[in-house]
Amino acid sequence: MSEDSSEQTRRDPALMRGLTQSRLGRRDVLRLFGAAGGAAFLASCGIGSQGSATDTSKTAVAGYWDTHKPTDSLTWANWPLYLDTAGKGAHPTLDRFEKQTGIQVNYIEAIQDNAPFFAKVQPSLSSGQYSGFDLAVISSGIYFNKFKELGFFLPLDQSRLTNFHKYADPRYQSEAFDPGNVLSIPWQAGFTGIGYNPAMTGREITSWEDLQDPKFEGKIGMMANNEDLPNCALLAIGVDPQKSTEADWHKAADWLSKQRPLVRQYYSQNYIGALATGDVWISMAWSGDIFQQNLSGKAVGQALKFAIPDEGGLLFTDNFVILKEAKNPVSAMMLMDYYYQPDIAAEVTEWVNYISPIPDAQKIVAADAAASSGGDRTYLDQVANSYATFPTQDTYAKTTIGFTPKVGDELNTWNSIFEPVYQS
Amino acid sequence: MRRRLAPYALILPGGLWLAVFFVVPMLAMVSVSLQSGDLSQGFRQTFDIGNYSDMVSTYHTQLVRSLVYGLLTTVITIALAYPMAYWIAFYGGRHKSTYLFLILLPFFVTFVIRTIAWQFLLADNGIVLGHLKSWGLLPERFHILATGYAVVGGLVYNFLPFMVLPIYVALERIDRQFLEAASDLFASRSQVFLRIVLPLSLPGVFAGVILTFVPASSDYVNATILGGTGQVMIGNIIETLYLTNSQYPQAAALSSILLGALLLGIFGYAKALGTRDVMDATAA
Amino acid sequence: MSTSVAPTPLPLSDEAPHDVSPARRERTGGRLLRVYTAVVIAWLSLPIIVMILFGFNDTTSRFNFVWQGWTLHWYRDLFQIPDLTDSLVNSLTIATLTTIAATILGTMIGFAMGKYRVRGRAVLDLVLFANVAAPEIALGTGLLSLFLSLGIPRGYLTILIAHIMFDIVYVAITVRARMSAYDRSLEEASEDLGAGPFTTFRLVTLPILLPGVIAGALLAFALSIDDFVITEFNAGTTQTFPLWVYGSSRVGTPPQVNVMGTLVFAFGVLLVLGNVWLMRRARRSAAGAH
Repeated sequence: MSEDSSEQTRRDPALMRGLTQSRLGRRDVLRLFGAAGGAAFLASCGIGSQGSATDTSKTAVAGYWDTHKPTDSLTWANWPLYLDTAGKGAHPTLDRFEKQTGIQVNYIEAIQDNAPFFAKVQPSLSSGQYSGFDLAVISSGIYFNKFKELGFFLPLDQSRLTNFHKYADPRYQSEAFDPGNVLSIPWQAGFTGIGYNPAMTGREITSWEDLQDPKFEGKIGMMANNEDLPNCALLAIGVDPQKSTEADWHKAADWLSKQRPLVRQYYSQNYIGALATGDVWISMAWSGDIFQQNLSGKAVGQALKFAIPDEGGLLFTDNFVILKEAKNPVSAMMLMDYYYQPDIAAEVTEWVNYISPIPDAQKIVAADAAASSGGDRTYLDQVANSYATFPTQDTYAKTTIGFTPKVGDELNTWNSIFEPVYQS
Repeated sequence: MRRRLAPYALILPGGLWLAVFFVVPMLAMVSVSLQSGDLSQGFRQTFDIGNYSDMVSTYHTQLVRSLVYGLLTTVITIALAYPMAYWIAFYGGRHKSTYLFLILLPFFVTFVIRTIAWQFLLADNGIVLGHLKSWGLLPERFHILATGYAVVGGLVYNFLPFMVLPIYVALERIDRQFLEAASDLFASRSQVFLRIVLPLSLPGVFAGVILTFVPASSDYVNATILGGTGQVMIGNIIETLYLTNSQYPQAAALSSILLGALLLGIFGYAKALGTRDVMDATAA
Repeated sequence: MSTSVAPTPLPLSDEAPHDVSPARRERTGGRLLRVYTAVVIAWLSLPIIVMILFGFNDTTSRFNFVWQGWTLHWYRDLFQIPDLTDSLVNSLTIATLTTIAATILGTMIGFAMGKYRVRGRAVLDLVLFANVAAPEIALGTGLLSLFLSLGIPRGYLTILIAHIMFDIVYVAITVRARMSAYDRSLEEASEDLGAGPFTTFRLVTLPILLPGVIAGALLAFALSIDDFVITEFNAGTTQTFPLWVYGSSRVGTPPQVNVMGTLVFAFGVLLVLGNVWLMRRARRSAAGAH
């Protein structure tokens, strides 16, 4: 706070004028031009290329892993609400891993969406520096391809994937985006559909068109990314994303633009918060988030629902990857394989409520259900039999894998059509 | 001889820091804005000014919206701040510092937390609206969040002290003898205010305008937390282009456009009215 | 409680019978404005009260939204979320280092500008003004553009650089403003008595400048701890407290954030009150010495 005594001196107008009058003389302008000359030097700089694809030949990979040993710590970046959590922020399965192996895991929910996470780690990785994360969970799709193309993934040590090869569903051992699991193994899979609060919508939701219902104006949420949003729009207009053409993309964008005035917000993660607090009544959603929110929101009387629309839903896989320049790659491999033990996988699925890549986990969840009673038993029964955690062939048939445009001109066109919808 | 060099030696370290990390970056930003390319292939300097016209044509809605929100915020804060600054300056007495302190008190809490607290207070079914709705005073669908009102409200809240302080400092400086002289000459109270107090306080108001309009137009946190699809501001676009899309040339162009537009106003102000009032308000 | 500034005229006897006395008019106007100011101050405090209150909410939901009862356990489990704690530590260390560097560099500038006639002061003046008036987003994106062009990865160091940059300006301005009240004759007197320039600075100038320097340092600390925009663009994967809270607003802000906000708030208030008390004591002892 200003001292009152200084007020007196400040009131002398001549002094103040002298002290503060802005006078740009010739010399000062010349000095500014000198600075501009320095800028011209900068002008000749560009921002260099950011990377190139990794060498995944067997010899190169073996050569890398032979020289690395387990370390005593590890940093794991994951999405929020994607690991079993007990009260007070503890993660039981993780704690047990730490005790068993002595490896301290620094677990950070750093991934809000693939795009911002990519933007965050890209600068360090491009300059050959540790990004701060060893292990990450990246969704199959555009960003997985970007990471791959820029050589940001470390090829996995297949010899350390014993549990994976033994217990993983064969479907996840032969995925189109990473055949042979050279760079990744799934963490969880999930469905993109519609989440809604039946108490507020007043009816069941069955179609993507319901997201354009004028009755829900201002209470509709959509996703803010260039993967789920466009693909669901394509499904909404009745086009199979895998067979879509550029003309279809424009039609899908038109569908979205028509919807825009009704949409409250395009969310990257927090549609679930908006549903929970009643800010939106209906939204594009990932299956597990809805079931989880029902569990934690039980105390305040919430019951959200998840629907795979008639036109079809999306199936996505979120994958364990090891980032380039990782300081603790072997420890990361150990953690990845640890989560492929059926009992651990079951524990994770019981909390996370996404699709488990380990079919044997279902039996274990069912056994846990039988061994408990009351509310817990109902809940665990649901998890064991839900189409959202252990889907049947029928459920898989109702969903499709979204279209992933190739990095380059195709992606640029795709982005230029869809980004204006959710980024402006 | 050493005497004469002393001031330059004192200014050199800090001045150098400012030159390298404040002045040069502005030029670097213009440099980047003229480049083209993308993340995988790298960015090359092409002296392409197309980015500028592209950005203006794509995002003119957000640019205009930002300036409008900034203007609304400024006008509303003047209306709210002036009476308060007036009361403290003329009726505050010995406790003036205390009242100023109370006004600044909320700003000891991180601005992000303050804005999230407003998100909580204005929630569709929260403490305020929830009760009004359950008493039937508002339709079920009514919401303040995700409207321009919430964003401008948040901006007004966050920038109110930046308007109160300069106006207070200006009012404080007015020699009370002028007021006595005026009322001795039979001026009515409103005449005293309109003819003497108001004109003398204008420099403070203008300082407040600069300290409010510029940050309010370029803010994006309020829009993110309190706004929705129709409230996206130019700051949000710049944030997305830099930090999500890695479209550096376009992002730099947009940021330069925003800076240029506001800088014109800022330097015009500095030339016309001098920098004293803004600096004094900051130092207060 | 409040005293009106204009002299209070004699009570009603000299006024025309149907005229409300100037004194009464003043008091009503003053009272209205007083109520108004109180209302606005209350409105300004609303979010703070919410923040403090919900640090005590015994909530089980991810979203600290519905009141579920009183508890102190968030205070006990304050450091439960490792990356939140890390972000707070980062904010505190960055603010401390920034304050030290910016106070030194800024005081030197403020002192030099206040005391000497420097050539090029107009440019420096303009630079300082431009820094204060320019939008933060431009300062942040400019620095980011520089770091991109030079291939410097963003992290703790770049945040530090950015914070020192803008804090130098605020310290310089604050110190310079105090300099205008500075009495040069004291310095001259000290030199007449044989003290060299450094001794004069140490024993005469610095103690007088100290309140201004401290005010500048406090301002620098507060600005650094609270900075969001410039930091967001230059942080890379490093997190500071405001950055972490902004990220958490999407998935549910945990009550620990409320508690930390409350504690930082209380600490800041104590700092300012402490500073005021110290200044009052210094003034009283200076007055007593005369």
